[in-house]
Amino acid sequence: MEFTCLSEGRGFYFPPCHILDICGFRVLLDCPMDLSSLTMFMPVPTDSFTMCNGEITSRSCQRSMDLDSNENKRRKINKPFDESSLIRAEPRYKIIKNLLLWDVSSIDVVLISSPMGILGLPFLTCNKDFSAKVYATEAAARFGQLMMEDLVTMHKEFRQVYGSEGSVSPQWMKWEELELLPSELKEIALGKDGSELAGWMSLYSAADVKDCMQKIQSLKYAEEVFYNGTLIIKAFASGLEIGTCNWSIICPKGSIAYLSSSVLTSATAMCLDYTSLQRNDVIIYADFTPCHASNKSSDDNNGPSTADPNLSVGNVDWEAIADDYQEMEKLDFICSCSMDSIKAGGSVLIPVGRIGMVLQLLERIALCLESQNLKFPIFIVSSVAEELMAYTNVIPEWLNKQRQDRLYSGQQLFNHVKLLNDKRLQLFPAIHSLKLLTNWKEPCIVFCPHWSLRLGPVVHLLRRWCRDENSILVMEEGVDSNLALLPFRPMKMKVLQCSFLSGIELQFSQHLLKTLQPRHVLFPEKLRQHVDLPKNLFSSSYYSEDETLNVPNLEENSELDIAVDLALQLHYTTLKQENIRVARLKGELALEQGKYRLLLGNDQVVSSQVRSAVHLGRIELDVLLTELRKNGLNITVEEIMSADGLHKTSLVHVLEPQKATIEITKAQTLICTANNDLACQISEVVSSLLDCI
Amino acid sequence: MAIECLVLGAGQEVGKSCVVVTINDKKIMFDCGMHMGYSDNRRYPDFSLISKSGDFNNSLTCIVVTHFHLDHIGALPYFTEVCGYNGPIYMTYPTKALAPLMLEDNRKVVDRRGEEEQFSSEQILECMKKVTAVDLKQTVQVDKDLQIRAYYAGHVLGAAMFYARVGDAAIVYTGDYNMTPDRHLGAAQIDRLQLDLVITESTYATTYRDSKYAREREFLKTVHKCVAGGGKVLIPTFALGRAQELCMLLDDYWEQMNLKVPIYFSAGLTLQANMYYKMLINWTSQKVKDTYATRNAFDFKHVCSFDRSLINAPGPCVLFATPGMISGGFSLEVFKQWAPYESNLITLPGYCVAGTIGHKLMSAKTPVRINIDKDTQIDVRCQIHQLSFSPHTDAKGILDLVKFLSPKNVILVHGEKPKIAKLKEKVQSELGIQCFDPANNETVSIPFTTHYEKVGASDALLRSTLSPNLKFLRKCSEQGSDFSDLDVRTKPGLQVFDDRMAEGILMVQRNQKTKALHQDELMAMLGVESHEIKFANCCPVDIANSDTRNAFLSQPTVDKSFWQHLLFEKLSSKFPETSIQDYGEHLQIESFYVSVCTKEMCPHRTASLQCMPETVYFCCTWSIADEKLAWEIISVIKNLLLKDE
Repeated sequence: MEFTCLSEGRGFYFPPCHILDICGFRVLLDCPMDLSSLTMFMPVPTDSFTMCNGEITSRSCQRSMDLDSNENKRRKINKPFDESSLIRAEPRYKIIKNLLLWDVSSIDVVLISSPMGILGLPFLTCNKDFSAKVYATEAAARFGQLMMEDLVTMHKEFRQVYGSEGSVSPQWMKWEELELLPSELKEIALGKDGSELAGWMSLYSAADVKDCMQKIQSLKYAEEVFYNGTLIIKAFASGLEIGTCNWSIICPKGSIAYLSSSVLTSATAMCLDYTSLQRNDVIIYADFTPCHASNKSSDDNNGPSTADPNLSVGNVDWEAIADDYQEMEKLDFICSCSMDSIKAGGSVLIPVGRIGMVLQLLERIALCLESQNLKFPIFIVSSVAEELMAYTNVIPEWLNKQRQDRLYSGQQLFNHVKLLNDKRLQLFPAIHSLKLLTNWKEPCIVFCPHWSLRLGPVVHLLRRWCRDENSILVMEEGVDSNLALLPFRPMKMKVLQCSFLSGIELQFSQHLLKTLQPRHVLFPEKLRQHVDLPKNLFSSSYYSEDETLNVPNLEENSELDIAVDLALQLHYTTLKQENIRVARLKGELALEQGKYRLLLGNDQVVSSQVRSAVHLGRIELDVLLTELRKNGLNITVEEIMSADGLHKTSLVHVLEPQKATIEITKAQTLICTANNDLACQISEVVSSLLDCI
Repeated sequence: MAIECLVLGAGQEVGKSCVVVTINDKKIMFDCGMHMGYSDNRRYPDFSLISKSGDFNNSLTCIVVTHFHLDHIGALPYFTEVCGYNGPIYMTYPTKALAPLMLEDNRKVVDRRGEEEQFSSEQILECMKKVTAVDLKQTVQVDKDLQIRAYYAGHVLGAAMFYARVGDAAIVYTGDYNMTPDRHLGAAQIDRLQLDLVITESTYATTYRDSKYAREREFLKTVHKCVAGGGKVLIPTFALGRAQELCMLLDDYWEQMNLKVPIYFSAGLTLQANMYYKMLINWTSQKVKDTYATRNAFDFKHVCSFDRSLINAPGPCVLFATPGMISGGFSLEVFKQWAPYESNLITLPGYCVAGTIGHKLMSAKTPVRINIDKDTQIDVRCQIHQLSFSPHTDAKGILDLVKFLSPKNVILVHGEKPKIAKLKEKVQSELGIQCFDPANNETVSIPFTTHYEKVGASDALLRSTLSPNLKFLRKCSEQGSDFSDLDVRTKPGLQVFDDRMAEGILMVQRNQKTKALHQDELMAMLGVESHEIKFANCCPVDIANSDTRNAFLSQPTVDKSFWQHLLFEKLSSKFPETSIQDYGEHLQIESFYVSVCTKEMCPHRTASLQCMPETVYFCCTWSIADEKLAWEIISVIKNLLLKDE
């Protein structure tokens, strides 16, 4: 088994990506894309920002004239890093460059652990060599589909402005242009070593998304699927988001658990199911969250967990260390800030991409409004808002216990159903939709995509409100706010940046691994110094990006089930040495449900007619001679050395009862005689000195 | 070892489904139903047969409930809250959500009848708290050895068939199922599994139904005719399932025909139930699922709730009232009022358990007098329309499912005795599968042997089995060499076998796990090499004075290849079943090589070391596997120049 980390990712929106070679199959774990790199592009120009348009034309004029390129260059370099430094072109999208180094046709299975892990998949599936089976939980697949459809719709706006770019690579991707980029953007465009330029792709089409979805087999919770009869694949809740999952992969040689970013208790999604991941041979720990947490690990002196080593393994009371109330506090803070703004006449803009967060904020903000008897409207502006809201209310199977209890007590899973019925919440497909124009009221609270602040309704609303000091923008931490807000400067609008829990916290990871009781753990090198893995409980190896690791600890043997009726038919012999009994196998080998099975086939004829025994061992000449003499043969011996003097041949001449020669070398005994009975007699003597299977 | 099935209910009858299956030391109770036709102790399964001491927690591993109908879940609160079972209970999400409604509805009916209450509302809720909900196809590891999985069964929302596996023994308990999709639910779906036993319902063991479409038309026409004539239509149903399906049907029809006659839902039945349906839309049919985002199919346009005062209000109407089968409660109350009038219609959708009024109506011809209880009689003059709309599979569906699953054994439950017996006959004769139809409180024991021995298999062996190891066998036809062409075609002369395991060795060592490995690995491990035993014989054939030689002597071409070819012909006719290869230099039959020897001094020549001028030598070598064949060939060689016969 081999494991290669293609990308460590960057937090919630850009999950890690790995390749796992197991039992002869190649498994791709997630296929995300890096949407945060969209920030190096200028958002779609609009009428109110006509100066942008002006800029474009003047720039293109410059380019066409391009009389003094040196001067032009110098001017650009000397320019301060501001809004005009952003690239004005149809954006491209950055996929994992390491993935491009792999042959698409060699991938057998793709496992998708979250809706974010699906976003790069159409780039693969539109390749005609792509033949892998893709598995995703039904909720992750559905949310992923909606996100991709939304992305395609939002991107259309750029096409309308810049026209279709065609197949030629855009101007900004030319080396001379790239060199002129300010260092902040250069790193996004090229990566640290300049290798990431290859990862920029032009966005897939709606047809590509549709095609991609058709290649996905969506799974129910903990549904068992058999890939090629060999791999048993199961998804268990990871708690991060609705439908996100960890994977358990069982093959005849052992079991592996893939632990993606997980959350112990979630306010919406089904919580981390760690019991189902217990006692696997290998755990791939792929939760990089602490790496991306902004200032946590640096000033956290007691980073390495100082947990009591005697803590009982197995029955940890996870509820006790629930982190969920911290999350509640954050939400409450967002709500109270929002209330302050809206009461002051400003609007609230929440371009958060986490579905779970949106649903919770919706409920809490509505509750706040109600409790303070405020009648401000809440809008969701997105091309997929309607589907998203409808879908979240029909998937009790993927929600946490509290939400499921609402089903049992006959309440709607989420309050937004009621909000919609009461018209307190309204859904609009787009910023320019007729429905929006007729129903729009300010101040209001708006949820909309996209968190990069480059695509979709958020761009237009930000431009509308960025000078309004009463309005507030709720952003997530992890997005480079400096860069993200660049096109909207100067910002008078308040910006609330908050981080949400998006993985296992460092101090619990050791704990969790102890509970899972694996035999071996693959752990990120980056987290090595922060976590002391207990060496006495399991072995571990550390991985980093772009490195292939051999996983040593799987079973040496695969499990084979031999049908009892067949086992009884085998012909056992005891070997001359070491007291070992052996039998030659027969029957038909089948691979059923991840198990090798040897069944009684219709090969009886073969075994009786064709199968030949193999003789093992060596003929000791002295013993042979004694045995032959015992059988009443009259013999003489002659030894011949081969020409090179390396091989010795013994020749035994049988004089009576009939003439025969026995030629013995290390690997062969050749019996020459014209007499059937004598040949038989001699061969029996020879056989008796060897092990015959 | 054996799989034991103790049938506590629904054995040769319909009602109080409950089967306790024991596999190894795991005991699973499938369904825990009540009988609608009884109000004494016969209404519940006889739980004392599971454990005399009443220690159900230790004797049962888990309970699995297939769907929310009372004859499948009705006794559950009694079993957990009164009998004290505390172990795990599994059912699907919709069943967990909807079962309390059904149980509560029934509790009220019992209450109204003035019977002794078996469990309270609080106890129903307490019971439901102990339930673990499962998704379809979710594979639940109940404990280390027991695995269960739900499959879609159609029938009602959330109905599931359950698969249970302990080690290598696996069974499926179907519960009630429907093999054809209906207006709001899909058809039952299950994987092809390797099963020792299938326990299936057989409500319609002898019925073969026509297309659903015709039945739907008939239902709509009958209802339409009645309301057009100013009559009232009573449809007694349970709160969930049929009510929603028929309502969807009527709602659509009303829309199409632009009818204004009111459709009522009696209280209890309900608009609230529709709320559950809306959230559980993923469990309905594909068609309903596809449209939910724009319009949820359970938002009925023409349906309003009913008020008791409307019972005798003038004018036509359609009323859905609980409980089904007119076993009491509101539907009975309305029945008493409406039954005496000819213009009215009572539609019975689906099966009615013996002992209920519904069951009496099913076999009655109007006008008829019916005893409601010992004091009350009703003259029934209204029309009775029976809808064969029950969401159970028909006989063909049962046979199809059993055939698809091809288990080693079948147990039939949930059907009437004579019908079940007929179906049992059919399963055995048509499908050749052992079939049982136990009565209540009987145990069926199905012998079961451990199928497999577990050993370790080495990589090298498994890798070697990846490539085929084809062996060709010429089959000897009975007539020998002179069979006709026709025979050749009907009986192939050549058979191909793929003997991939031929190089595999099973190694048994004391105190070590038995291992399957490749023979090369064994040799390397033991530090030995293979030693081949071969034979050689340079066989002389005297050609002096032979006719053949003389006949060809004049020709200059009589040489090595001539003799070899001659041998080839001869061998071909002598051994038609073996394949003889002519490689020019030599002939090969299996491991037997023969060539014309031209050496002066062949070491394989034993008879005489001298080369005789009038002798052709055939130098043969073979290995020990073909010893017998070799000597036969040599005898052919020796007689090469003798004429056949």
